[in-house]
Amino acid sequence: MSQQYIAAIDQGTTSSRCILFDRDGRIVSVDQREHRQIFPKPGWVEHDAKELWSNVEVVLQEAAQKSDITPDQVAAIGITNQRETTVIWDKETGEPVYNAIVWQDTRTDDLARELGGEEGQDRFRDICGLPLATYFSGPKIRWLLDNVEGLRERAERGEVLFGTIDTWVIWNLTGQHVTDVTNAGRTMLMNLQTLQWDDTVLEAMDIPRGILPEIRSSSEVYGEARGYLAGTPVASALGDQHAALFGQTCFDPGDVKGTYGTGTFLVMNTGNEPIHSENGLLTTMGYKLGDEDAVYALEGSIAVTGSLVQWLRDNLGLISTAPEIETLARTVDDNGGSYIVPAFSGLFAPHWRSDARGVLAGLTGYVNKGHIARAALEATAWQTREVVDAMNADSAIDLTTLKVDGGMTANNLLMQILSNVLGAEVVRPMVAETTCLGAAYAAGLAIGYWPDLETLRANWHKAAEWNAEMDSAKREHEYHNWKKAVERTLDWVEH
Amino acid sequence: MPGRIQSIERAAALLRLLSGAPQGVGLGEISRSSDLPKGTTLGILRTLQHVGFVEQDAETGHYRLGGGMLSLGSRYLDGNELRARALNWADSLASLSGESVRIGTLHKNRVLVVHHVFRPDSSRQSLDVGGLLPLHATSLGQVLLAHDPLARPEGGEDEEGTVADLPAFTRHTITSPDALAVRTAAVRHAGWAWEAEELVEGEVSISAPIHDRRGLTVGAIGVGGAVERLRDEDGEPDMQQVSYVRDAARAVSRELGAIRF
Repeated sequence: MSQQYIAAIDQGTTSSRCILFDRDGRIVSVDQREHRQIFPKPGWVEHDAKELWSNVEVVLQEAAQKSDITPDQVAAIGITNQRETTVIWDKETGEPVYNAIVWQDTRTDDLARELGGEEGQDRFRDICGLPLATYFSGPKIRWLLDNVEGLRERAERGEVLFGTIDTWVIWNLTGQHVTDVTNAGRTMLMNLQTLQWDDTVLEAMDIPRGILPEIRSSSEVYGEARGYLAGTPVASALGDQHAALFGQTCFDPGDVKGTYGTGTFLVMNTGNEPIHSENGLLTTMGYKLGDEDAVYALEGSIAVTGSLVQWLRDNLGLISTAPEIETLARTVDDNGGSYIVPAFSGLFAPHWRSDARGVLAGLTGYVNKGHIARAALEATAWQTREVVDAMNADSAIDLTTLKVDGGMTANNLLMQILSNVLGAEVVRPMVAETTCLGAAYAAGLAIGYWPDLETLRANWHKAAEWNAEMDSAKREHEYHNWKKAVERTLDWVEH
Repeated sequence: MPGRIQSIERAAALLRLLSGAPQGVGLGEISRSSDLPKGTTLGILRTLQHVGFVEQDAETGHYRLGGGMLSLGSRYLDGNELRARALNWADSLASLSGESVRIGTLHKNRVLVVHHVFRPDSSRQSLDVGGLLPLHATSLGQVLLAHDPLARPEGGEDEEGTVADLPAFTRHTITSPDALAVRTAAVRHAGWAWEAEELVEGEVSISAPIHDRRGLTVGAIGVGGAVERLRDEDGEPDMQQVSYVRDAARAVSRELGAIRF
């Protein structure tokens, strides 16, 4: 039998990619297409759902063809995707009734507040683990039903279907109308205990159940592909952060992965029971493998990490490329007493303060641009520390190892600082494409390409590792200063 | 206003001429093309050679632009940026070769390790990014010696130009500057380097040059590991590994804009 591969599709916010993996979890081929970002009004962000699908079709075919892999060599297809982005389309024609409303879109700001009523943004938190916020799909569906002419009637008559991007891709690929628990968990409409759509929330948001897909596990055969890879099983779906958790082989409670890009997403595996956060984190799904018990997770995202480095580059001109931040930061030995809290649009997890704005604190005549570069890197590390502290408090499990991925992991100084402030080991895996790898792993497990989680663990290799080199007194002193700087961001915006 | 200085104009004309001939040009041809007597041409070339703007090929005697000229006005590639651009390719080299990967750049007269990827097994390893390696006893260094006109091994030549022996690390280290020149000429010809036990007993390394969009060698990427794995029974390097290393070097060079196809 000729060599077999798993194809992972990553339908992301800026592009669609397909990566083919071999049995050792190594990348064999990659193809990628970017799509248009549509900004009809300030705060609105849309994608053309048909463009997303046609790009997915192209990259799936190109990735195979550019490495001379024939369709029968692709054992299964896995899917990972930008989360929460919402599409509604005509069941008969497949024509979207409106552009896809992207997760970053803030048009549902007022609606989300309205839906909270007297109970406020945590009205549905016990059911779905999430606060009412513009990101999640439920309010976006409601906006479409209220604002696209005739849509509510068509929805009541069962003529249209809703999907997050996983559902849209699977429906186009196989004709099945399904989603997985990780994506369904980001709509606000799924009950975390039953893993089914929740009537209380549906009623409160006034969303007809008939347009929703069937909720399935993250790793099972949903159907067979049509088109170029006709007959190939489509066997996994995971939201991007959940796929990264899986790709980093965070299979045990307490395992944490951090994806460091323009923003940072930290996700902790908390085992088979959902943990409701007392510390400002989101309760979300980790993954669910076929008939096995679901695995839950706590999520904390940080809005500004890599984008602070971009800000130093673009707005201050301190550096000409992002990686030069490390060169500049290494011209000094410490932060010179300065701290940057990049609360550009408020503070997110675990503080959730929209009235906060950024500060550069502790300035003296001694501070130079090298100190500021170092303070910028430390800002990413301390923000991570705050989220990890919240995770440790909620889960009662202490982090020992942080598994990192994303573009900022190329910054060795940042990785060392991260290890220093966490007092924990930081490791970077050899396959940086953990999101696609996670989708491939889940698909491969579903069809028996890989026998079990142990095999996947054995595939995971360290590319690099950093250990704490800061004594705890120094660490506590610096953390104390960071917290003081955070306090100075509060109450800046007066409503 | 003082008048123009003829010899500088002539020097500029020669530099322009050499910039069009990266393979090098002989003295006779330079003299003919520039309409200058051979003696004058040679005087200008020697002066430019002295300041590092021109270099002469040891074998053919042809002249070409020197490293000093190439580094003028060109932005130096930051080692941290090289790491960021090379990250995925270095990972995939480690994964394919099963060996540890290092990327080195020239730092004074040594190799600065700017990136290190662990060997993909469960053994305990520690990062040596920031470490300095000798140019003459590593394949990374030999690649830089062969391709970067500014690279000179430490201790190879004192200020009076007296050639001294290079420090030995094992009994296989090349210590004679002449033998090293033969090795680097071979590396330049082959486009890749390998050494067996020249720095550490029992270890082999294989490296290839990374070029940027101007065709300059900005660094080298290579694998290193046990002699049993990287050298075959005939005492030759494992050619499969050589091809992985060269593919990775090409991929990083392409990432930096060196190869347009």
